Amino acid sequence: MSVEGIGARVARKEDKRFITGQGRYVDDMSVPGMKHAAFVRSPHAHARVGAINAEAARAMPGVVAVLTGAEMAADGIGNLICGWMIHSKDGSPMNMGAWPALASETVRFVGQAVAVVIAETKSQARDAAEAVEVEWEELPAVSDVLGAIAEGAPQIHPEAPGNLIYDWEIGTKDEVEKAFGEAAHVTRMDLTNNRLIPNAMEPRAALARYDAADDHFTLWTTSQNPHTARLVLSAFYNVAPEHKLRVVAPDVGGGFGSKIYIYPEEITCLWAAKKTGVPVKWTGDRSEAFLTDAHGRDHVTVAEMAFDANNRITAFKIDTIANFGAYMSLFSSAVPTYLYATLLSGQYDIPLIHCNVRAVYTNTAPVDAYRGAGRPEATFVVERMMETAARELSVSPAELRRTNFIREFPHQTPVIMLYDAGDYEASLNAALEASDYAGFAARKAEAQRRGRLRGIGISCYIEACGIAPSKAVGSLGAGVGLWESAEVRVNPVGTIEVLTGSHSHGQGHETTFAQLVASRLGVPLDNIAIVHGDTDSVQFGMGTYGSRSGAVGMSAISRAIDKVEAKAKKIAAHLLEASEGDIEIADGEVRVAGTDKKLGWHEVCLAAYTGHNLPDGMEPGLKEGAFYDPANFTFPAGAYVCEVEIDPETGHTDIVQFVAADDFGRIINPMIVEGQVHGGIAQGIGQALLEGCVYDEGGQLITATYNDYAMPRAHDLPSFRVSTTETICPSNPLGIKGCGEAGAIGSPPAVINAITDAIGNNDLSMPATPEKVWRALHAAGGGLREAAE
Amino acid sequence: MVTVSMTVNGRQVSKEVEDRRLLVDFLREDLGLTGTHVGCDTSQCGACVVHLDGKAVKSCTMLAAQADGASVKTIEGLADGAELHPLQAAFKEHHGLQCGFCTPGMIMSGADIIARHGSDLDEATVRLELEGNICRCTGYHNIVKAILAAAGEMGGGMKQAAE
Repeated sequence: MSVEGIGARVARKEDKRFITGQGRYVDDMSVPGMKHAAFVRSPHAHARVGAINAEAARAMPGVVAVLTGAEMAADGIGNLICGWMIHSKDGSPMNMGAWPALASETVRFVGQAVAVVIAETKSQARDAAEAVEVEWEELPAVSDVLGAIAEGAPQIHPEAPGNLIYDWEIGTKDEVEKAFGEAAHVTRMDLTNNRLIPNAMEPRAALARYDAADDHFTLWTTSQNPHTARLVLSAFYNVAPEHKLRVVAPDVGGGFGSKIYIYPEEITCLWAAKKTGVPVKWTGDRSEAFLTDAHGRDHVTVAEMAFDANNRITAFKIDTIANFGAYMSLFSSAVPTYLYATLLSGQYDIPLIHCNVRAVYTNTAPVDAYRGAGRPEATFVVERMMETAARELSVSPAELRRTNFIREFPHQTPVIMLYDAGDYEASLNAALEASDYAGFAARKAEAQRRGRLRGIGISCYIEACGIAPSKAVGSLGAGVGLWESAEVRVNPVGTIEVLTGSHSHGQGHETTFAQLVASRLGVPLDNIAIVHGDTDSVQFGMGTYGSRSGAVGMSAISRAIDKVEAKAKKIAAHLLEASEGDIEIADGEVRVAGTDKKLGWHEVCLAAYTGHNLPDGMEPGLKEGAFYDPANFTFPAGAYVCEVEIDPETGHTDIVQFVAADDFGRIINPMIVEGQVHGGIAQGIGQALLEGCVYDEGGQLITATYNDYAMPRAHDLPSFRVSTTETICPSNPLGIKGCGEAGAIGSPPAVINAITDAIGNNDLSMPATPEKVWRALHAAGGGLREAAE
Repeated sequence: MVTVSMTVNGRQVSKEVEDRRLLVDFLREDLGLTGTHVGCDTSQCGACVVHLDGKAVKSCTMLAAQADGASVKTIEGLADGAELHPLQAAFKEHHGLQCGFCTPGMIMSGADIIARHGSDLDEATVRLELEGNICRCTGYHNIVKAILAAAGEMGGGMKQAAE
């Protein structure tokens, strides 16, 4: 391992600008003549939009324009789309209601925009937005899924009778039922996966400029996938044709899924920039983020698992209702289907699975992928079931898992996925050892002497990452391919620019991607630049989500390097009068193996560009591109052990130890990988203990500030103990599985399994607030249930 | 409108601003110091922390006019020329940042924590003191590590350095 190449713990190249305040986020930018946008938003969860009186607002200081949904519709701006078609089990296509960027007829969630004010300053725009009068005709609203599918519920979209978007299934229902009939034991649970609000620390923002002379648009936006944004803005929203629209996602302050989607504000800023003739910037505030960023999770599930007399799982059936909010966000339809139900086999050899999913509209913010996207929901179901079944069967939770682990690869699950490689026993053993699982009983006894309840919980997660093989996802309804592209541009002096379709918004690509190049071409990291996030620089790309940038994005770079390497070797062989097969590239040199004949890397690069002495027929230059389409998903997996202490007086939970053992395949930069796991675990602990999005019955968001939505703070969390085991992924050239989401996927069930172990009551929903834990504890104590209520 | 004058990162500035101009907007929009960030509207996330007369304050929670006559240090003014402040260096060395958005506030708060507690800082104190700074990327693990490392490194001289 070199000091800079694959496997090295290299400090990040990108850090300097961030630690010195020189980061370039969208809100940091300004262009000449720029004005500011503020949106007029619905205070109601469901209402008809009547007359909009903007006379007073238009007369206010600094106001350039007030634009409404009716004007947008008249200009032919298209509705927002959902890019993944799901068919119900009866064969009918999903029932998608129309979602205009600015509503002109009906609003369906609090915060939905109906008009925009453009003014000289941000303050003036906000003042004027307050002065826009809208005649609202309130309609009955419903915010929870069970309410939305109940008889007589308010109808949210005419296209979706009974608020049902689809009723989808996977697996073999009859065979599953038969297996349940023959089961020695059945574990059954009602499980809720709490709704979360992503809360990337940088609020969304957009800056749009229209150059009339060239009829050309530029959009700077907080996006995880600027090329997808350009494609969708062009192909579906009719804002601008693709070749007349440049989308730039500069430094982006976290995404976690919430910045995948193309939001109404981006469409509106582009449209308004042309309509008003001035560049328009909008920067959301945190309240707008709470109200309008796509939320995550929100499942209600009934799960039943059948076991034979040897504690082997014989069948698993799951019935899930997923809350989609008021509109179908860009990838929403895929989350509770192909990103959830396909992972319900977990790490276990389960012969039969059936899962039914109903997707439901409610009068709440749209719900879409949030860190893990479907896989945390699946893991929560599987791992809560495993721990519960172990308790019911009176076997150790570790043992029940071992009994059922998949041990041979490749393994075809009954729910589409073909697991390519893994060693689940190895990661479980590593986690049990690191957590001194065997010594838990003594620690529990010691805690008891201090009046504290100590519990321990395991979670063995699996996820499908490296999203995704285009042919496979196309056959499942995806509207796009999910390959990645890269271009490796070697300059005449031997320095290198890598153009990637991946986007870094915290993941450290400028470092890890450069490490790959350094390993392969022997060029120092300082001589390598990673270029991303600009549709004018990078030809195309699918962006960053689903832990895909290593497995897919770097694989594309690797393929482009293959081509660069091949050409460089041809040139060197020609210059050194050697055979191409004998040429080696390493440490800044291009050598003939076993001889002292060599050239400097820069000499070969210069020769490529001077073209003075190239092999006959070879084009000058040294620049190669590649589109890499993965052969399969990748399957990161691991084992987490959480240990908690609970104060029985207050119900407060302290996480006293959190151990992670992850198998991410080959690791490029262990420091960055550990950082990804830390952050993921923090979000998972947040979901388990603190975070819960709450709407009241009428659809008002109760948790709309950091006063009410409990973000994990430093003192809520312990230091984490993370380690890795390694099985190389056979499905991509680098052996990488991906590490971005694991922490958020694996940790919630570990935490809840630990708390329920400590309090002796398995009936506990997330977030496990002190109040809930206290109530569950005292209910379990017997006779105290009434007192607690 | 009101005229405010203050020293920002050692430079004397004077501007006429709206009475309601927040200090953070004054820094970002009037002075172009965009290293100080706005991550919430309720004074909780801490992305906007700067030093006002040597103490950490949330610049979203005071008016520019209230800082009249004060000396303000922002993330842009923390390094000594090309030489990073030890806490900036520690954030890089210990991977205390990912997306970088909370980082300026974290570093300015961290420097203040170190200045107040000296080298007796322990993990529990750092975690408690970071109550007012939210990070969504790092799980705080490496932020805590970076602050402790910088505190150790700065030793006795740190009170002076942070001021």
